[in-house]
Amino acid sequence: MRAFGAGGGNDIQWCFSQVKGAVDDDVAEADIISTVEFNHSGELLATGDKGGRVVIFQQEQENKTQSHSRGEYNVYSTFQSHEPEFDYLKSLEIEEKINKIRWLPQKNAAQFLLSTNDKTIKLWKISERDKRPEGYNLKEEDGRYRDPTTVTTLRVPVFRPMDLMVEASPRRIFANAHTYHINSISINSDYETYLSADDLRINLWHLEITDRSFNIVDIKPANMEELTEVITAAEFHPNSCNTFVYSSSKGTIRLCDMRASALCDRHSKLFEEPEDPSNRSFFSEIISSISDVKFSHSGRYMMTRDYLSVKIWDLNMENRPVETYQVHEYLRSKLCSLYENDCIFDKFECCWNGSDSIVMTGSYNNFFRMFDRNTKRDITLEASRENNKPRTVLKPRKVCASGKRKKDEISVDSLDFNKKILHTAWHPKENIIAVATTNNLYIFQDKMN
Amino acid sequence: MAAPLGTGTRTEEPGQEKQDAQEKEIAHPERAEEAKLKAKYPNLGQKPGGSDFLMKRLQKGQKYFDSGDYNMAKAKMKNKQLPSAGPDKNLVTGDHIPTPQDLPQRKSSLVTSKLAG
Repeated sequence: MRAFGAGGGNDIQWCFSQVKGAVDDDVAEADIISTVEFNHSGELLATGDKGGRVVIFQQEQENKTQSHSRGEYNVYSTFQSHEPEFDYLKSLEIEEKINKIRWLPQKNAAQFLLSTNDKTIKLWKISERDKRPEGYNLKEEDGRYRDPTTVTTLRVPVFRPMDLMVEASPRRIFANAHTYHINSISINSDYETYLSADDLRINLWHLEITDRSFNIVDIKPANMEELTEVITAAEFHPNSCNTFVYSSSKGTIRLCDMRASALCDRHSKLFEEPEDPSNRSFFSEIISSISDVKFSHSGRYMMTRDYLSVKIWDLNMENRPVETYQVHEYLRSKLCSLYENDCIFDKFECCWNGSDSIVMTGSYNNFFRMFDRNTKRDITLEASRENNKPRTVLKPRKVCASGKRKKDEISVDSLDFNKKILHTAWHPKENIIAVATTNNLYIFQDKMN
Repeated sequence: MAAPLGTGTRTEEPGQEKQDAQEKEIAHPERAEEAKLKAKYPNLGQKPGGSDFLMKRLQKGQKYFDSGDYNMAKAKMKNKQLPSAGPDKNLVTGDHIPTPQDLPQRKSSLVTSKLAG
């Protein structure tokens, strides 16, 4: 594939916009970013971390005088979503790490999001308060109660403007429905229900009801010795409220229709690419495990991410993907080391741009990759503080797999496998992307002229 | 399900063998990597995607000392040797008696995220 970004045509020229987080290399575990998600308008950007905290950034209104760049993202709200818990029965600690955040579409002045750790999903309401009542008869301004006998006249309390306060409050807590670790949540297009998936089961919830959830997929075998695969991700179809998909550690995707039966253990469609048996190795199954599945905005396609590639599937064709993009094929000859250092189990996510024409995913050495489905060109960029100048176009990076390394290329053996980009997000409408390194959040925008 | 590795029986020149090995490595980098792994860990299980590996995944999470597990393990092991803290220490409950060295440091206190700083 030819690299894009070399100028000309409709290629996007990506520029650094902002970076959030600490500069120092000594990363506290709590600061490791575990999820990144834009809301439906793109005005808000949420991150979750290993310490159970959520930080929400808001895009500032476009400044008419600053036409050369879109609004910056500034901190809007931050709160502790989940705390560490202890399962006394099994003597196991329950991590507070936020596995996923999903926004609800906005219905009124407040914003709502779902955040989940391994066991509990919470619905958070984020609301603004910019006025407060003043002039009570029975209360002083500082809140102390007045002695009613000292009141000689009455007044009507009025609302007066105050500095904007953004408050986050937990409105629903959906607990005790998962024996195994939750890997996905997905809001249905009916905006009333959502699913949560763990390693072996998928549950359906109603957003208003916390004491009941319906199990819709259960792949737990009667005898755990017979366990051969686990659920790795699940998502509702963007338009059909009866359809959802789930991916497995064996590289398959099953599409289920909730109208068919209450328990969707029998799939409606099974997407699987046949494997060449002569290519099979010890690593085959591990690298075929799907770490993320995402429907296109149109609902016609879905994308899956396995260890080395991104695949686009047409929902009408089950026997093979329609497009396959190699993310870092040069790692195929390093699988032994990657198995030893556990990197082979890293779970990379992937995302679509607003028009479904470009897909993006992360890699190592703080590199991330984009594939243009129309031009078939791809680009590798780096999230690094060295590229800090706003409006300077990012230079494409190149990894040299073998042989003579050209100037500006980096050899496979020099890649830093501790610098992984697992989470990326694309603004739903604009060419603005959020890329999370271990503990920093980078925002890039396309160059506006 | 393990793939057979290079079982040619005809005699070859040493140079030819090396060239063949290189070709094999280029054509099947995964197999070459698999050979490396098997050379390092000869006791590696035959079914990598099977039970053990998946069970470890399901078990993810910090396991603390459990007096119930401890007593059950002691009862089971009356007639066996005490197992040492092997690489699978997080794998199964009850068969292994945790020692203080197995337990991790407790987490630090909760502060505001540096992203909001």
